[in-house]
Amino acid sequence: MNIFAPIGRAFFLFLAQIGRLTMFTVQAISHIVRPPIYWYAVFQQLMRIGYFSLPVVGLTAFFTGGALALQIYLGGNRYGAEAIVPQIVVLGITRELGPVIAGLMVAGRVSAAIAAEIGTMRVTEQIDALTTLATNPIKYLVVPRLVAAVISMPILVAIADSIGVFGGYVVATQTLGFSGGIYLKNTVDFMKTEDVVSGLYKAATFGFIIALMGCYNGFNSRGGAQGVGAATTNAVVSSSILILAANYVLTSLLFAK
Amino acid sequence: MTPKIELRGVKKRFGPKVVLDGIDLVVNPGESLVIIGGSGTGKSVTIKSVLGILRPDAGQIFVDGEEVTHVSGRGRDRVLKKFGMLFQSAALFDSLPVWENVAFGLIQGRGVGRKAAREIAIKKLAQVGLGAEVANLSPSELSGGMQKRVGLARAIAADPEIIFFDEPTTGLDPIMADIINSLIVNTVKDVGATTLSITHDMVSARKIAHRIAMLYKGKIIWHGPVADIDKSGNEYVDQFIHGRAEGPIKMEVKA
Ligand SMILES: Nc1ncnc2c1ncn2[C@@H]1O[C@H](COP(=O)(O)OP(=O)(O)OP(=O)(O)O)[C@@H](O)[C@H]1O
Ligand SMILES: [Mg+2]
Repeated sequence: MNIFAPIGRAFFLFLAQIGRLTMFTVQAISHIVRPPIYWYAVFQQLMRIGYFSLPVVGLTAFFTGGALALQIYLGGNRYGAEAIVPQIVVLGITRELGPVIAGLMVAGRVSAAIAAEIGTMRVTEQIDALTTLATNPIKYLVVPRLVAAVISMPILVAIADSIGVFGGYVVATQTLGFSGGIYLKNTVDFMKTEDVVSGLYKAATFGFIIALMGCYNGFNSRGGAQGVGAATTNAVVSSSILILAANYVLTSLLFAK
Repeated sequence: MTPKIELRGVKKRFGPKVVLDGIDLVVNPGESLVIIGGSGTGKSVTIKSVLGILRPDAGQIFVDGEEVTHVSGRGRDRVLKKFGMLFQSAALFDSLPVWENVAFGLIQGRGVGRKAAREIAIKKLAQVGLGAEVANLSPSELSGGMQKRVGLARAIAADPEIIFFDEPTTGLDPIMADIINSLIVNTVKDVGATTLSITHDMVSARKIAHRIAMLYKGKIIWHGPVADIDKSGNEYVDQFIHGRAEGPIKMEVKA
């Protein structure tokens, strides 16, 4: 048997998949720029994607900030540089960890939920029913989720940044013997607008990825409960990978000197 | 007279499996056509092709003389506004209460206000034997037969010119089935709607059909007025309407 045949077939399937995803993305964007937009659905999704993600995002940011402070202190200690904790915490949180941690948490929560919901609508013919009622499913289901995710993520990340810095502050002042006033002053002096803004650009991109992968996998799910389960897994895995890849690309673009 | 719906040589396959192998079918204005045929012969695929949910591989589909085979986007929406559809699985939106399901096409597609739409929805629910008390329930709180009737109310809510019923009486008790049959007959008679129904239920077929078409192996093998169904001279039709295991139609079961 020819070993190149299966490899070639897999490669073409992969290309076809990329093509389908591109088509889907173009369609979704074309519906965002063409009115009408279902604003009530956008509002509902803002609550589900943004508001209800606050607890998980806040908690993970807090612990991440705390652990970061601890590590920098221990690492810096070796060179007598432990005073640098506030500066590195705020840099690390705003540039990288805030957006990435929030992105991954929301990917797990939201893109899974979107894929499961839209996937169920697909396999129970609800999406076909929308079409027959002259309502475009992309406009009605995908656009509100994309818009809401792109709006929610920067807000969530801004909150995650604050809570992450606060987590570092709590650990530094409670267990590492930093004085609160000096810690805050160092944080504020060192923090740069570009660092925060770059994190918010990342956040918006991640929001788009999360909603897109949830919707795309849901829309293309096939064959009952098992198909919906597979779509949900694929949505989380693909959005997480894409977030990390996009994060690298954005970091190298935004901080290119 | 321009047919309301016409299919010419419509073919559809899924992978290697040929489902529709050249369907020719005409439905005239104000007519009630019933498609019969064994399970899995492609009856649902046929009506989904007309609606554009599935794209045929070959052939043409006309609605009011306009070719719609490859129409999409706004053009498709305009064509679909003529249609109402009852899905075999009801396909209710489980995130919306019953009344919003029924009123969906009115609110989203036709810009009717929510209050007026709700009143129409409750009237349509009454026509399918459901009281106002179910209006605020979620579809998952209903029995299978009740869901089917909500689907029926949704299909007729906007008084469409053409209505497709995919197994309207499956899952209903005989009395409710008869009420639904009468509802379909009256929709055709009073509103002048054109209907295309799919059923296995010969009692229902005889009551609602003007004409019957039988689908077998991807083709329409017989069609004629409902009065001729018992003297079709077609042994496939005879076997089907009398529900005999023995005959030219071989079910793929291994004994
Ligand atoms: N989306 C799809 N993908 C792949 N195969 C399909 C799809 N839809 C239908 N089929 C196949 O097409 C054939 C016809 O299906 P269809 O639903 O039209 O049957 P039917 O005549 O309506 O049967 P029933 O009376 O049981 O509802 C079946 O064999 C089915 O497996
Ligand atoms: Mg069917």
